[in-house]
Amino acid sequence: MTDLASTDAPAAIVTETDDGAARLHRNLFIAIAVALVIAPFVAYPVFVMKVLCFALFALAFNLLLGYGGLLSFGHAAYFGMASYVSAYTAKNWGLTPELAILLGTAVGAALGLVFGALAIRRQGIYFAMITLALAQMVFFFSLQTPGFTGGEDGIQAVPRGKLLGLIDLADDRVLYWLVAAIFMGGLLLIYRVIHSPFGQVCKAIRDNEPRAISLGYRASQYKLMVFVLSATLAGLAGATKAIVFQLASLTDVYWTMSGEVVLMTLVGGLGTVFGPIVGAIVIVAMQNYLATLGAWVTVVQGVIFVLCVLLFREGIVGVISKAIRKPL
Amino acid sequence: MAEDTILSTSGLTKEFAGFTAVNSVDLSVRRGSIHALIGPNGAGKTTCFNLLTKFLAPTRGSIVYNGRDISREKPAEIARLGLVRSFQISAVFPQLSVLTNVRIALQRRKRGDSFDFWRSERVLSELDAEARSLIEAVGLTPFLGLTAGELSYGRKRALEIATTLALEPEMLLLDEPMAGMGREDVERIAALIRKISKNRTILMVEHNLSVVASLSDRITVLARGQVLAEGDYATVSKDPRVIEAYIGSGGGHGHH
Ligand SMILES: Nc1ncnc2c1ncn2[C@@H]1O[C@H](COP(=O)(O)OP(=O)(O)OP(=O)(O)O)[C@@H](O)[C@H]1O
Ligand SMILES: [Mg+2]
Repeated sequence: MTDLASTDAPAAIVTETDDGAARLHRNLFIAIAVALVIAPFVAYPVFVMKVLCFALFALAFNLLLGYGGLLSFGHAAYFGMASYVSAYTAKNWGLTPELAILLGTAVGAALGLVFGALAIRRQGIYFAMITLALAQMVFFFSLQTPGFTGGEDGIQAVPRGKLLGLIDLADDRVLYWLVAAIFMGGLLLIYRVIHSPFGQVCKAIRDNEPRAISLGYRASQYKLMVFVLSATLAGLAGATKAIVFQLASLTDVYWTMSGEVVLMTLVGGLGTVFGPIVGAIVIVAMQNYLATLGAWVTVVQGVIFVLCVLLFREGIVGVISKAIRKPL
Repeated sequence: MAEDTILSTSGLTKEFAGFTAVNSVDLSVRRGSIHALIGPNGAGKTTCFNLLTKFLAPTRGSIVYNGRDISREKPAEIARLGLVRSFQISAVFPQLSVLTNVRIALQRRKRGDSFDFWRSERVLSELDAEARSLIEAVGLTPFLGLTAGELSYGRKRALEIATTLALEPEMLLLDEPMAGMGREDVERIAALIRKISKNRTILMVEHNLSVVASLSDRITVLARGQVLAEGDYATVSKDPRVIEAYIGSGGGHGHH
């Protein structure tokens, strides 16, 4: 047998960044910044803010699955619980919005630390089942503590308050800049994590955990860390969402929310930096424009999901990335 | 003897649901030697490696490495003690480039843990030169920019060896390092193994008996989980029990 024979794998998914790709990414970041500046003038600010919150949520989820190789089916727990905490403290403790968001995010992180530590003991489907089960416990907790969550009604009429006690956020076009800044900060952080020494090890563990261990990496510590980072950013998204919509409800902690974030990530492109943003735009836009279809939106989503898995595994950005042979 | 021995096992046993894959193995590897572990398919060689590197917990028996009982250690700690393995089924990081594959190992040796998620990966470029020279040593320089998943099987094996060497382990466990390689590559890797064995110990599973004959100082023959024979190549290859085990199983390569 000769080993100079052809290669045995087709063009693999490109996930590594060379200089050319780094330049492309920088240009994309500039394009995103420009789009963020223009967006509130060409679309409803509330719609754009909704897209940004869900895009951040999907980015956080993708960090865990796309770069850590860990499939969580319970990300609604961090998103939703952070949303409750942010709404509750803004409304009942009178916290300024930035403090409410910070506190919500911190609770998302803490929950991620506990749930992550429990879940990473298992692999693959068992890992996913544990995250789902823990998230369901959070849902039932939310249902059973109406004093905190408002039960079926949720926490309504959350005041947006004044940023740092100074800038009134009641106007959508003022709040928008805060949300845009949070989104951009989250995106940059995730980009950095993916392209850090830590991110390299995560990708290695994702690709081949036993091999990474045999090189001396304590894989479970890395997995826990990426889990906590992901939960923290999911919390940031949820906490921000509560301030934008002035509402935190059971929808945010329900398992369908965990499913939606999987859908956004798959549609946009799992394991691509920018895919989840595209996925969030597609899904949120669809929900908005097809809202008149009522329950049929769910059916349309289901069909998209199936099509994605069957025909379009790499997602929108994944397909583009493959075509130009550059990681996106 | 204790001073000369880098790794030893006593009564090492692994049972899978009543089936004994490794049966009371006493192994002793001399420091600085190339020690081959051979035997027909299913003899328990890979299971032995899994036990030595703690990827499997032994049912019974103990393992001493550098005078230290490692029977209860975790696999990542074994690597940190300088005992590093390769895998029978080639183990690379398929979505990472050839360069990054090797650099991941250098990163562990030079930086220890890498929990710094806030730092740019550019700090790792100081490792590139060393990674390149390891890649050169296994003849993979033309493939530097490919992802490991795009390499042919034999080249994946070569990459795995370069990655293992990047850790500068005191002792290497190589599970069939030349399987699936062409003649030219077998010679290159054999020469490389001889070269790197200068200041370290190698325990190697290999089916290619001519490689075993030319490289190893000592050979342990395993069959049905038990040590059948031990000695240098001349002694072992004449042992009637060894010949019988090889022909009987039809698994190994009875020629040399
Ligand atoms: N996880 C496991 N569960 C059950 N049986 C196992 C397991 N791993 C190995 N075995 C069995 O143990 C025996 C020894 O397997 P092992 O892989 O160690 O053989 P080997 O000497 O490496 O063979 P080869 O030359 O084919 O690589 C085989 O019969 C195998 O089926
Ligand atoms: Mg084997």
